[in-house]
Amino acid sequence: MNIASVLASKGPTVVTIGPEQSVREALALLAAHNIGALVVTDDGRRPLGMLSERDIVRHLAQDAGVLDGAVRDIMTREVVVGSPQDDLGSVAQTMTERRIRHLPVMDRGRLVGIVSIGDVVKAQRDQFLGERDTLQTQLLERSA
Amino acid sequence: MSPLRVAVVGAGPAGFYAADALLRQDQVEVEVDMFDRLPAPYGLVRYGVAPDHQKIKAVTAAFDKVAAHPRFRFFGGVELGRHLTVDDLRRHYHQIVYATGAQTDRRLGIPGEDLAGSHPATEFVAWYNGHPDFRDCVFGLSAERVAVIGVGNVAVDVVRILCRTPEELEKTDIADHALEALRRSRVREVYLIGRRGPAQAAFTNPELKELGELAGADVVVAPDEVTPDPVTRVALEKMQDRATAKKLEILHDLARRAAAGKPRRLVLRFLLSPVEILDDGRGRVGGLRLVRNELYATESGSIQARPTGRMEVLRVQLLFRSVGYRGVPLPGVPFHDAWGVILNEQGRVLDPATRRPRVGEYAAGWIKRGPTGVIGTNKPDAAETVAHMLEDALAGRTLTPAEPERTAVERLVCARQPHRVSYEDWLALDRLEVERGQAVGRPRVKLCRMEDVLQALGRGARRE
Repeated sequence: MNIASVLASKGPTVVTIGPEQSVREALALLAAHNIGALVVTDDGRRPLGMLSERDIVRHLAQDAGVLDGAVRDIMTREVVVGSPQDDLGSVAQTMTERRIRHLPVMDRGRLVGIVSIGDVVKAQRDQFLGERDTLQTQLLERSA
Repeated sequence: MSPLRVAVVGAGPAGFYAADALLRQDQVEVEVDMFDRLPAPYGLVRYGVAPDHQKIKAVTAAFDKVAAHPRFRFFGGVELGRHLTVDDLRRHYHQIVYATGAQTDRRLGIPGEDLAGSHPATEFVAWYNGHPDFRDCVFGLSAERVAVIGVGNVAVDVVRILCRTPEELEKTDIADHALEALRRSRVREVYLIGRRGPAQAAFTNPELKELGELAGADVVVAPDEVTPDPVTRVALEKMQDRATAKKLEILHDLARRAAAGKPRRLVLRFLLSPVEILDDGRGRVGGLRLVRNELYATESGSIQARPTGRMEVLRVQLLFRSVGYRGVPLPGVPFHDAWGVILNEQGRVLDPATRRPRVGEYAAGWIKRGPTGVIGTNKPDAAETVAHMLEDALAGRTLTPAEPERTAVERLVCARQPHRVSYEDWLALDRLEVERGQAVGRPRVKLCRMEDVLQALGRGARRE
């Protein structure tokens, strides 16, 4: 199973924000879409960074004034990106190991989706449930 | 309150699991009408799963139980876009679920792909499984050497069927026309060709072991192609992936095995990508130019192949492509071309312009998530779609059909397709196929033409 099949039923929307926009605007977007991270980009194609709820919380705990600052100042600049052909298992491993909760997915230089650790867990769960169900059907048939 | 009327388009696993989830719950009273363009139900369980894998087909017993529900009806031989339109369905149903699967192959995108003797693997699969649309396909089985591109389950099925002896095939429900053609097959060597290494191949360990147990074919594996490269070794270690370690072990055992002098050879090749299909000078497949690949780890930890520039040529006269599948757009339904699926969010069909859900339209199975997983994977997939259907129904977000009565749609279908097949009809056909099979020691003998189906049901020739 690859990342393309996780994205296929996730909908094509990736919520992005510009680097110069305010953290307050970012918070509003996170709340409105009920998500945990935004892709920071100025052209809608190339990610410059990621801004997660954790990034905001970490800065907010030290300085309440951060809300009026720019996204650029508190975003995570090191972005690990995936591609639609990536195997689900390898991506799960990388996200767990490197403690990444959101992976932007690029295809031929374009941002085509974002996969969260929740999406990965759900896809793996459905895979296991399906395999278990199919094995059970075959075992029951054998004993019948 | 009148029942929620739901049309399920497609009678494969996803359609049945969706129908089951709808009829099983008790929040909303639902009536399900299931449509399929073919007269027989079960989709890929009947027309995809290999004939020598009868145990996997046992899941149809569960589908028959769903079909026995008093609020379920089946309209077989009725095609969306031909006999009915999406607007017709909107006129008669509160909700529509598209579960039409991934019906076409992805192309290789290399020169020579359309030469005679180069086929999508799915055509061969549909042909040997008796799919009515592929009944008259002809494959050049007088070829001595055949290549199958891809190492997924379908590719493995194809090489296995090509290598089976007539005695092995006779015990299955393979279509009669395919059995006859394969009896006359002159194939001596079959190549299974994977782009990446065996550790990344999609085939499962039971399928691999089965290849080692073929009565009429020796399996040949080059030891250097199944020894994991450093990149793969690191990944295996980190993920403690026992299944893949076992897979490599089975391959090493096969590589060490001495040829038993069986009539055919099945050669498993890895780390090769086709770059050109060669013309034999008469417009037919004469060979395959391949580039040797090496593996590298991507940023996200996935292991991918890239070409090294080292080429080799394999002389083959017949070729099957099995490098992935795509859904086919349905007339009047938004499609996401890049993913090859209906544009959807967790099963809710989206309007391409607004990216908001289209009221009353849903997708399930491969046309929703793409071609991944086993049959059972469609169960949680369909459950997700149905959960959203019920949420929307309870919130009053459904279509408002002008003619929601059960009888109204039946009249329409009968007018448009007089030869529609009901589930009772299908069960009669099923009994007939099984009886014909019992007489000759086979699980069933399939009816492979619409005319045969109609005749068996005591109806006249088909009117077009």
